[in-house]
Amino acid sequence: MRHIISILIENESGALSRVAGLFSARGYNIESLTVAPTEDPSLSRMTLVTRGNDNIIEQITKQLNKLIDVVRLIDLADAPHIERELMLVKIKTTMETREEVKRMTDIFRGQIIDVTPTSYVVEMTGHSSKLDAFIRGLAEDSVIEVVRSGTTGISRGEKGLHL
Amino acid sequence: MELSGGHILVQCLKDEGVEFVFGYPGGAVLHIYDAIFHQDDVKHILVRHEQAAAHAADGYARATGKPGVVLVTSGPGATNAVTGIATAYMDSIPMVILSGQVPSPVIGSDAFQEVDTVGITRPCVKHNFLVKDVHQLAETIKKAFYIATSGRPGPVLVDIPKDITDPNIKVPYKYPKKVSLRSYNPVVHGHKGQIKRAIEVLLSAQRPIIYSGGGVVLGEGHKELIELTRLLGYPITQTLMGLGAYPAPDKQNLGMLGMHGTYEANMAMHESDVILAVGARFDDRVTGKLAEFCPYAKIIHIDVDPSSISKTVRVDIPIVGEVKYVLTQMIELIEDGKEKPSKTALASWWQLIDSWRAVNCLDYDRTSGFIKPQFVIEQLYEATQGNAFVTSDVGQHQMYAAQYYSFDKPRRWINSGGLGTMGFGLPAAIGVKLAHPDADVACVTGEASIQMCIQELSTALQYNTPVKIINLNNRYMGMVRQWQEFSYQSRYSQSYMDTLPEFVKLAEAYGHVGMRIEKPEDVRPALQEAFALKDRTVFLDFMTDRTENVYPMIEAGKGHHDMKLRVAPGTPMDRELS
Ligand SMILES: Cc1cc2nc3c(=O)[nH]c(=O)nc-3n(C[C@H](O)[C@H](O)[C@H](O)COP(=O)(O)OP(=O)(O)OC[C@H]3O[C@@H](n4cnc5c(N)ncnc54)[C@H](O)[C@@H]3O)c2cc1C
Ligand SMILES: Cc1ncc(C[n+]2csc(CCOP(=O)(O)OP(=O)(O)O)c2C)c(N)n1
Ligand SMILES: [Mg+2]
Repeated sequence: MRHIISILIENESGALSRVAGLFSARGYNIESLTVAPTEDPSLSRMTLVTRGNDNIIEQITKQLNKLIDVVRLIDLADAPHIERELMLVKIKTTMETREEVKRMTDIFRGQIIDVTPTSYVVEMTGHSSKLDAFIRGLAEDSVIEVVRSGTTGISRGEKGLHL
Repeated sequence: MELSGGHILVQCLKDEGVEFVFGYPGGAVLHIYDAIFHQDDVKHILVRHEQAAAHAADGYARATGKPGVVLVTSGPGATNAVTGIATAYMDSIPMVILSGQVPSPVIGSDAFQEVDTVGITRPCVKHNFLVKDVHQLAETIKKAFYIATSGRPGPVLVDIPKDITDPNIKVPYKYPKKVSLRSYNPVVHGHKGQIKRAIEVLLSAQRPIIYSGGGVVLGEGHKELIELTRLLGYPITQTLMGLGAYPAPDKQNLGMLGMHGTYEANMAMHESDVILAVGARFDDRVTGKLAEFCPYAKIIHIDVDPSSISKTVRVDIPIVGEVKYVLTQMIELIEDGKEKPSKTALASWWQLIDSWRAVNCLDYDRTSGFIKPQFVIEQLYEATQGNAFVTSDVGQHQMYAAQYYSFDKPRRWINSGGLGTMGFGLPAAIGVKLAHPDADVACVTGEASIQMCIQELSTALQYNTPVKIINLNNRYMGMVRQWQEFSYQSRYSQSYMDTLPEFVKLAEAYGHVGMRIEKPEDVRPALQEAFALKDRTVFLDFMTDRTENVYPMIEAGKGHHDMKLRVAPGTPMDRELS
């Protein structure tokens, strides 16, 4: 099962490598990992997407909690939540294909944020599967570059992950 | 009070009540060594190799319960200490390691003797710090001691760049009385609801067993463990790390379980219907083949570290908390409650256990004419009236010591279980002897293991730590040879050395007493003579039976009920249970 683990961690140098090192040392997989400081500059928020059966996920959360720098964490997959990913795609365009790419971008509620005579850069956010679908809809040889942020997420309702 | 970083560090150690620092100097820690020179409250023990500094601090910690302190220089000093740090980590030993680092401005430039110590040690410490500002030094040291000694103990490393200890930069010093970390709050008491559920299951058991481990020793829960065990009247078995927490000679004690555990302990585990695991972590040397582990049992598990629970074996009733407190809570509830263990069920359970005991699985050939290693350990017990602190190295000799020295007090049995580090025994014994100068300290070792830290004989002379080295010299890496005999049709690939030093001369060269013992009848007098030499380190080189193996043994991939025994058992082994 896919799980999204959201972590509040001390914003210390080395905190990220403790998390990454834990995953490689114990053979857990990381599908994606995002990290940035929070509104409280002493804390960072990490969102980690991983897969595993219940036993493995239980060990992962216990091992993460055991890291001294980890302040708190939740598994977003346990409750209703929203997840989003940001993607930037650079697409090769010609006079003939420009209109179609524009139309696709509109359908997926993306935006064209850079235009040259031969290319577009499209910005899009959404569930990772929507971003996958957009890429699949493009002509294969038209994609120059794809940059994705990895998933971040938040739980629904008024409860939040904070100190 | 304004002090430089070097002096702050030493003052912190004093304020923390540290008696000994085990270390070795070098460029990056010279300011610290100069601060050490100016005082004599904190005694520095100069080892001969940084690995031994960590092992000696570790031995001191295991024997006292207080954190061991290590001081090493940057680069090779730190990397040499890694084996010792990992050894402490695997056995959850409280330790604080202070390592020098190149000056902050040159970190990352491949400076002389620079290694990423924080990076290298990260997977084998409970936590580590790089000090970036001398103003934070004292608080960081306090945090290091707090983390190392609380919750599940473990080593904590503080990496200190040379500029932080600069004698010319002085800052106000105050050692914090207490620190708290918002991200670290180890649990002490157990959850009441869970404890109630556990007691219901425990009291309704037909074939119960208590399986206790190193956590009872680490958490000083032995009194409570004894009280609960006696209150219930249940059988108890210990892991290698838990030996001594429950007195070995007691009739409720089945001895050690696991790979080289007793027949009765492993059979009782296998047939049990309720297991109370106390501060033990279901290590693979204990469980054997997981799929066949205790097929009928409901498992209750008390552990201070949630990640030890349901890690390898699924647990039915987890209780997170410190053994001492959780056991006290349990005892109170049982004493206050009406429910009592079933006398009839227990009687037939003990009957069955006694039939396994009758196999006498630790019996060995006493008439061979060779010195049997088991015999040496039994005689060691006699010579020391069972009161010695016994350290060991890793191999067959370690198992013999565990099996035949009936430990009846905690902290007397000091060995590397989790990492299995050859070279641990001698430096650990030195640390123990410093902690308990009046006690008998023996290091049970093998001719291969002892050579991994033999240079510490020199340290033993310098600090006058008269330990007795019991070398069970079988001229083989016996444990390796045993596996090769069983699993590789006796192809003894590289498990012996064609050349061994003359240990007697070697001991003498280091300024100690050496003895070589070749006949069974000389074992006892030699031990008596050695222990009578109160103020001398004695190296006793026992020429033991080369072919002896450790039994019982659960071979890799087998279950508890599938043991290899020395003698073919009678009916009890074949007995089936419904
Ligand atoms: C050659 C060799 C052979 C071996 N053969 C065997 C064998 O036959 N049998 C055997 O048992 N072992 C054997 N071992 C040792 C084995 O590898 C493990 O080290 C050992 O089994 C672990 O013991 P433990 O479960 O007690 O855990 P420890 O490593 O002692 O861990 C202690 C546990 O208690 C917890 N804890 C710590 N403090 C507290 C507290 N205050 N309150 C509550 N919980 C606490 C910790 O979180 C941890 O889970 C062998 C080792 C070697 C080198
Ligand atoms: C540092 C290290 N290297 C290798 C091993 C693997 N090993 C385990 S036991 C053993 C042999 C030990 O021989 P000896 O010290 O003579 O003890 P014996 O088994 O003969 O009693 C070896 C090589 C280890 N445990 N530690
Ligand atoms: Mg040997």
